[in-house]
Amino acid sequence: MSSDLDVFVGNTTLIDEEVYRLWLDGHSVAEAVARRLRGGVLEREGTSVAVLQSDTRDHYRTFQMLERLLHAPPRLLQQLLFQIPPERQALLIQRYYAFDEALARELLGKKLSKGTKKELDEVSARTGVGIRSCRRQFDNFKRVFKAVEELRGPLAENIQQLFLLPPALARDYAAIVFFANSRFETGKRRLQFLSFADFAACAQSLMGHWSQGALAPEAAEPDGDLPKSFLQDLKELKVLVADKDLLDQHKSLVCSALRGKISVHNELEANFKALSRALVNVGGKLTHARDVRDFFVDLVEKVIEPCRSDKWSPGDLRLFLTHYTAAPRNLPGFRHQALWERYMAAISACLLRMYHD
Amino acid sequence: MGTMRTVPDFSVVRSGHEVQIPEQVSVPWQGLHRAVSRAPTIPGPAPAGRGGAAPRMRSGAAAAPRHRRGGAAAAAPAGAAGGGGGRRGRKKMPGKLKVKIVAGRHLPVMDRASDLTDAFVEVKFGNTTFKTDVYPKSLNPQWNSEWFKFEVDDEELQDEPLQITVLDHDTYSANDAIGKVYIDIDPLLYSEAATVISGWFPIYDTIHGIRGEINVVVKVDLFNDLNRFRQSSCGVKFFCTTSIPKCYRAVVIHGFVEELVVNEDPEYQWIDRIRTPRASNEARQRLISLMSGELQRKIGLKVLEMRGNAVVGYLQCFDLEGESGLVVRAIGTACTLDKLSNTSAFLPACNSPSKEMKEIPFNEDPNPNTYSSGPSTPLKNQTYSFSPSKSYSRQSSSSDTDLSLTPKTGMGSGSAGKEGGPFKTLLRQQTQSALEQREFPFFTLTTFPPGFLLHVGGVVSARSVKLLDRIHNPDEPETRDAWWAEIRQEIKSHAKALGCHAVVGYSESTSICEEVCILSASGTAAVLNPRFLQDGTMEGCLEQRIEEASPPGCGFCHIPYDELNMPFPAHLTYCYNCRKQKVPDVLFTTIDLPVEAIVVGKGCLIQARLCRLKKKAQAEANATSISNLLPFMEYEVHTQLMNKLKLRGMNALFGLRIQITVGENMLMGLASATGVYLAALPTPGGIQIAGKTPNDGTYEQHISHMQKKINDTIAKNKELYEINPPELPEEIIGSPIPEPRQRSRLLRSQSESSDEVTELDLSHGKKDAFVLEIDDTDAMEDVHSLLTDVPPPSGFYSCNTEIMPGINNWTPEIQMFTAVRVSRLSNINPTNQTLNKNFNDLCENLLKSLYFKLRSMVPCCLCHVNFTVALPEDELVQIAVTAVAITYDKNQALQANKAPTEKSQQRASTDNEEQLQFPLELCSDPLSSQPFSPAKEVLEGASSHTGIPAAQRDRCNSWIELIKLKAQTIRRGSIKTTTSLEKASPLAEGYLRHRSVPSCTNSTVSVVKMTPLSFLPGAKITKYLGIINMFFIRETTSLREEGGVSGFLHAFIAEVFAMVRAHVAALGGNAVVSYIMKQCVFMENPNKNQAQCLINVSGDAVIFVRESELEMLPVQPSAAAPQHTSSAGDVTT
Repeated sequence: MSSDLDVFVGNTTLIDEEVYRLWLDGHSVAEAVARRLRGGVLEREGTSVAVLQSDTRDHYRTFQMLERLLHAPPRLLQQLLFQIPPERQALLIQRYYAFDEALARELLGKKLSKGTKKELDEVSARTGVGIRSCRRQFDNFKRVFKAVEELRGPLAENIQQLFLLPPALARDYAAIVFFANSRFETGKRRLQFLSFADFAACAQSLMGHWSQGALAPEAAEPDGDLPKSFLQDLKELKVLVADKDLLDQHKSLVCSALRGKISVHNELEANFKALSRALVNVGGKLTHARDVRDFFVDLVEKVIEPCRSDKWSPGDLRLFLTHYTAAPRNLPGFRHQALWERYMAAISACLLRMYHD
Repeated sequence: MGTMRTVPDFSVVRSGHEVQIPEQVSVPWQGLHRAVSRAPTIPGPAPAGRGGAAPRMRSGAAAAPRHRRGGAAAAAPAGAAGGGGGRRGRKKMPGKLKVKIVAGRHLPVMDRASDLTDAFVEVKFGNTTFKTDVYPKSLNPQWNSEWFKFEVDDEELQDEPLQITVLDHDTYSANDAIGKVYIDIDPLLYSEAATVISGWFPIYDTIHGIRGEINVVVKVDLFNDLNRFRQSSCGVKFFCTTSIPKCYRAVVIHGFVEELVVNEDPEYQWIDRIRTPRASNEARQRLISLMSGELQRKIGLKVLEMRGNAVVGYLQCFDLEGESGLVVRAIGTACTLDKLSNTSAFLPACNSPSKEMKEIPFNEDPNPNTYSSGPSTPLKNQTYSFSPSKSYSRQSSSSDTDLSLTPKTGMGSGSAGKEGGPFKTLLRQQTQSALEQREFPFFTLTTFPPGFLLHVGGVVSARSVKLLDRIHNPDEPETRDAWWAEIRQEIKSHAKALGCHAVVGYSESTSICEEVCILSASGTAAVLNPRFLQDGTMEGCLEQRIEEASPPGCGFCHIPYDELNMPFPAHLTYCYNCRKQKVPDVLFTTIDLPVEAIVVGKGCLIQARLCRLKKKAQAEANATSISNLLPFMEYEVHTQLMNKLKLRGMNALFGLRIQITVGENMLMGLASATGVYLAALPTPGGIQIAGKTPNDGTYEQHISHMQKKINDTIAKNKELYEINPPELPEEIIGSPIPEPRQRSRLLRSQSESSDEVTELDLSHGKKDAFVLEIDDTDAMEDVHSLLTDVPPPSGFYSCNTEIMPGINNWTPEIQMFTAVRVSRLSNINPTNQTLNKNFNDLCENLLKSLYFKLRSMVPCCLCHVNFTVALPEDELVQIAVTAVAITYDKNQALQANKAPTEKSQQRASTDNEEQLQFPLELCSDPLSSQPFSPAKEVLEGASSHTGIPAAQRDRCNSWIELIKLKAQTIRRGSIKTTTSLEKASPLAEGYLRHRSVPSCTNSTVSVVKMTPLSFLPGAKITKYLGIINMFFIRETTSLREEGGVSGFLHAFIAEVFAMVRAHVAALGGNAVVSYIMKQCVFMENPNKNQAQCLINVSGDAVIFVRESELEMLPVQPSAAAPQHTSSAGDVTT
C-alpha cells in the first residue's frame, strides 16, 4: 500500500535542525534519509524507514516553501503562512545564509555572474562542498550583492537590515560584496596562503578607514565602492617617495625611532626605500580599476614577501608600520598627514592581518 | 404535511456491553426490516410551522444568489410568528457596516514588463460595491481609503460575508483579479464580542493560493431595536465548544436546535461549463458562506424562541451531494448563558461546594421500576452465554417509538426494595416534563456542569441509507429534514429503551458516494438533572436533594434502566465505588470523561478499523447491499472495540465516534474512543481463546501460545497505563445480582471495611473472561490484528477526548496539527482480510509517524485525536487526522509513579473552575502532586465516611482517607491562597505550580494558538470573540509544478491555518479553541495535472492570558496589537 499523498502541517511549523542541515547541504530526500539512518535515529526512536522518509519529505517540502521567503528574510518575519517562533526564524535565516569559507574564498573577487556560476562544478570539486549547496551559496552572494549594490551607507549595516543576519555574518557578506564589487585579485598562487577570514578582515579595514561611510554616515556613495575623490587624493602621497629629501628624512625618522626596538634594524635600513615606495605606490595606483585588482598581489609581493624573507617578526612589522605612519607628521612641508594616516591605517591593518605563513 | 414516509433502513442501539461472537453473526439484527427509500419529491404546499424562516436559498443563479432583502419580505406572512406587526413596508436599516482599506503588502507581480502591480480594491457587501483608487506601480500599495459605509438590515448582516477583492488595473484589457478576502462580520454583531475587525488578511485566490496581504478595518454600528424583528437573530452567541464556555455560567440549558438549507451546487450547473474554474470556485465559496450565514441566523431565531441567548456545541456541516445539490446543516445546544465576572469565576459553575458538603447522602434505590419503555418481545436467539449483546434491533416505520424487539433476561430476581423508588420516579417525571416539550431531548455537549449528568445508559446510534435525488425545489428542503427527523426519532426511542430521557454528546454525520448517502447519528443515552433544563431554578430544591444523593464520581455509571426489564441482556454488579447501585460491566459513551469520574491509571486511544468489500452497483441495488453490510460492520466494530478495551485491562470508552464511510466498492468503518478504567465498574475479565478442533495437538499448542501472548499483553498494558485498582473483597464482586440479604451485608462490609481482602481478580481466565472462538481463519486474523496494535513509544500517550485521564500537569507547550494521507490499496484481488490489514497498517503507520514527528515534545500526550476517513476514488483511502500534542511535566508524573497506591485512583480533572481552589503553596507537598481536583467530591466523600479513623490506611477505603487528609490540607491552603492572591488573579488555575515559563515577548503579539480542545493549558480564556467558520476551495492546473499532490495539499492546509490565524488576530484574539477540520475533500487528476481540494474548518476565537502573566498583569492585555511589526533587531540580536 503506497502513500500517494502524505502531509503533516503543524500550526507551529516544525523545523528539524538536522534535516534543515541536510537540505541546506543539497542532499536529495533519499540521501538525507540514508544519512539520518546512519545517524542512528531508527534505533533511538524505534521507528521505521517509511516514517523517516515521510518525515524527511515533509520537512523538505516545508523548506522548499520557506526558501522563497528566505530570499527576502524580512518577509519571513511578516508572512502569515508559517507560524514560526522568532528564535526559529533567526535560526532559519542564519543557517540559510551561512556559507562555507572555502567556497567563499574561491569566489572572492570574482564577478558574481552566470559565467562564474557555471564554473561552480570545479569549485565544488575543489572545496568538497556539494554542487547544489554551492549554487545556493552563490545565489545568496549574488542576491545580497544585488540588494546592496546601489545602497548608500555602511555595507554591513545595510546587509544586516535587509537580510536580518547576525552582525558577524553581515560583516562577512559585506566583505564578499566589497570584493565582488572591486574585483580584487585573490586567486594568484602567491595569495593562496590567505584565508577568507584574512580577506574579510582586510575588506573591513579598507571599508572602515577609506569609504565615505567611515567619515560621514550619510555619504553619497555606497560603501562597496571606494570613494573616487579619496583615491584621487592618494596620488598626492607620492611625494613621500618622489621627493628624495622627504624620503630620506622619512627614513631617518623611522630608523632612529626604531633603533634597538626591532630585531631587523639592518634589513630595515637596507630596504626602507623599496618598502616605502611599494607602500605608497599601492595607493597611487588605485584610481585604475586594473591596478585595483592587483592591490593584494602588490602588498604580498612588494611588502610581505620581502619582510618575510628578511625574517621580520609580526611585532617588528607592527612597530615599523606605527612609526612609518606617524613619522611624516614631523616632515617639513608634508601637508597630507590626515590623508596619509587614513590611508596607512587600512594598509597597516591589512598587512598585519596578512603577515603570516 | 405527512406525505412522506421514508423508512430508516437500519439502526442499532448500543450501550457498551459485550457481545460474544455468536454462531451466526446476523443474530442481533434478525428480523430487521431493510428497505431502501428514494427521496420522494414532495408535491403539495410548503409546510407551515417552520416559524420565522425566510425562504430557502433560491436555485438558479447561484453565482449571484438572490438577494435576501427581497426574500425576507416575501416570507413575512409565514414567518410572522413573534415578530409583531407593521413589518411590511417598513424600511429596514438597523445597521451600518463601515470598511476601510488601509494597505497591501507583498502583492504578486501582475505586470511582467515593469515587475510591478497597479492594485485597487473592490469592497462588496450584499449588492453594494465600493472601489478604492488605483495605487499605481507598487507591490506594497497604501490605499488609506475613506470609510466605505453600507446601510444594511441585520438579517443581511448575519447572512452576507464582506467580500474584498484585490485587482490589478489594466487600461487596455480586463482587470485581473489578484485574490479575495471574505470576512464574516458576525462576531461584530454581539455586544460582548469583538468591536472591530482590524488587521492583515491573506489575499486568497482559489487557483494561486495566498498572494500577499491586505490590511482592512471593519466596524458595525447597530441600532438598538434589533430583535423586534424575528428575522434576525443578532445577539445570539455561537460556540463550537462542546461544554459551557469557560467564562460563562449556564443558567438554563434549553436543548437541541437544528436547521438545514439546501441549494444547487454551482459546480454542477450548466454555467460551469463556460466559466473559469476560478469563477466556479468563488461562486461556491460565496454560496456556502451565504448559506452558513443564513443557517446560523435561523438557528439563532430558534434559540431566541426558546428564550436562550447562545448556542453551544454548534456543529455545521456541508454535504456535497454532487448533482443533487449542496446541503448545509447545523446542530447545537441552545443555552442561556451568564457571563461570569472575574470574581465569581471562583465558584464552580453550578453547585456551591459548601452547600453540598452539608448534604447528607441520600440512600437511593437502584431499581426504579416505574419507568420502563415497554419492551415486550424477547430476543430471539440467545447465543449470549454470560454477558450478552446489547445490540438489538427494531423496526421503525414512523416517528412513534414502539419497540418491536425487546430482550428479556433471566438474570437477577430483582431484589431491590422500593424505598427509593418514589423519589426517583418523581425526579424522572420532573425531568421528563422538562424534556417532554422538546421534540428531541438532545444535547451536543460532551462535557457538563457538575451535577448535570445523573446517569449514563450507553451509546445510541442510528444509520440510514438514502438515495440522493435532485433537490427539485431548494426552497423546500423537507426531504432532508425528514430524513434527519427520522433518524433523530430513532435515537430518541433507543434512548428511551435504555431508560433515559435524553441524549448527550449527540452528533450527526453523512458519508456520500455518488448517489448513495449514509446518514448517521449517535449519542449517549442519559438521565439529566432537571435543574438546568428549565427556567426558574428555585423550584428545584427537592430534586436537588435527591440528586445530590447520587454519589459523586460514580453516579453517572449507575444504570438508568430497569434491571428487571433491561433493554438488552447485561451483566450487572453493584457499583465498586459506592456499593449501593447497579453498574454495568462495561460502559461506552460518546461524551468526555465527566470531571468527577474516578479513574484508575491513565487512558488510551482505542481504534477499531474495518473494511468490507461490496459489489459495485447502481441505485437501489447499491443501497440495499450497503444496508445489508452495515449491521455486520457495526457488529464487528463493536467486537473489535470490546476486545481492544479488554486487552488494555480497561472497562469504559469515552468519546466514541464510529464513522462508516462508503466508497464505490467498499465500506470502511473506523471507531475511535478513549479507553479508561472506571473505578466504579468491575475489573474486566481477560480474553480467552477457544479453539474449534480440540483434538489437534499442534493447534492446541498454537492456541495456548496465543493465549499466553494475549495474557502478556494485558499484563503489559496494565503496567503501561498504571491500572492497579484497589483490591476489593471477593464477595462483593461475587454474583451479579446479590439477594437482598447479601446486599445489606455488602453495605456492612463496606462500613466495617472488612479485613478479608482477598486476592484481586487478576486472572484472565475467570468467569468474566471473554471467550474468542477461533473457528476459522477470519477469527484467527482478528486475534492477530488485536495484537498488532503497537502501544505508543514511551513518553507518549494519546486519547480522543478533551483531557487525558491521569495526566494533569500540562505545560503551556502545545502543537496542533493536521496530517493527511491518501493511500492506494494496491491489491488486484482484494479480500476483506487484506483490506483490513492495509487499513490497519495505514492507521498504525500514521500514528507512528505522528509520534516520530512530535518526539521533541516528549513527554507529551496527543489529545483529541480525530481521524476522518474518506474514499475519494476506487482503491484510494484518505485519512485525515487533527489533534493537539501537549507536553506535560515529567517530574510530576514520576512522582505520581512512586506512590502508585495513592495515585492509582485519580479524578479525571480538567481545568474547570473548581481547580481554582487549588492552593499554590501545595507544590511542595508531595501529596498535592496527585492531581485529583474537585474539592467538592472529596469533601463529600469524606463526610460520608466520618467515623473511620484516618489511621486505617491499609483498609480497602484507605484512599478515601488519604483524599480526605489532602482535602483538608487543600482547604486550608486554598483559603490562604485566595486571600493572598488578591482579586487580581482569581483566574489562576492549578497550573502555576508546574512551570511558569516566561513567554517569549516577541512572539506574544502575532502568535495565534490553535487547539481542538476547549481550553489552553496554563492559560485562562478571558473572552470569546465569536465563531470562526471558514470554507475554502483550492484548485490547480499545474499539480507537478506545485510539488505534486503532497506539495499542493501541504501548501493549502498551511494557507487555511494562516487564514484562520489572521481572522482571529484581526478580531483581537490570540487563540482558536475547539478547532475542527470538518471536511477535507481532495480530488486529483494526475493525467491532466490537476487537483482540487475543499476544506471546511471551524472553532471559537478567544483571548487568553497566560497564568504566569495573569499574576503580573491583572488587567486584560490590550487586544489586537498590530501584528508583525517586529523589527529586524528582534531576530538578529
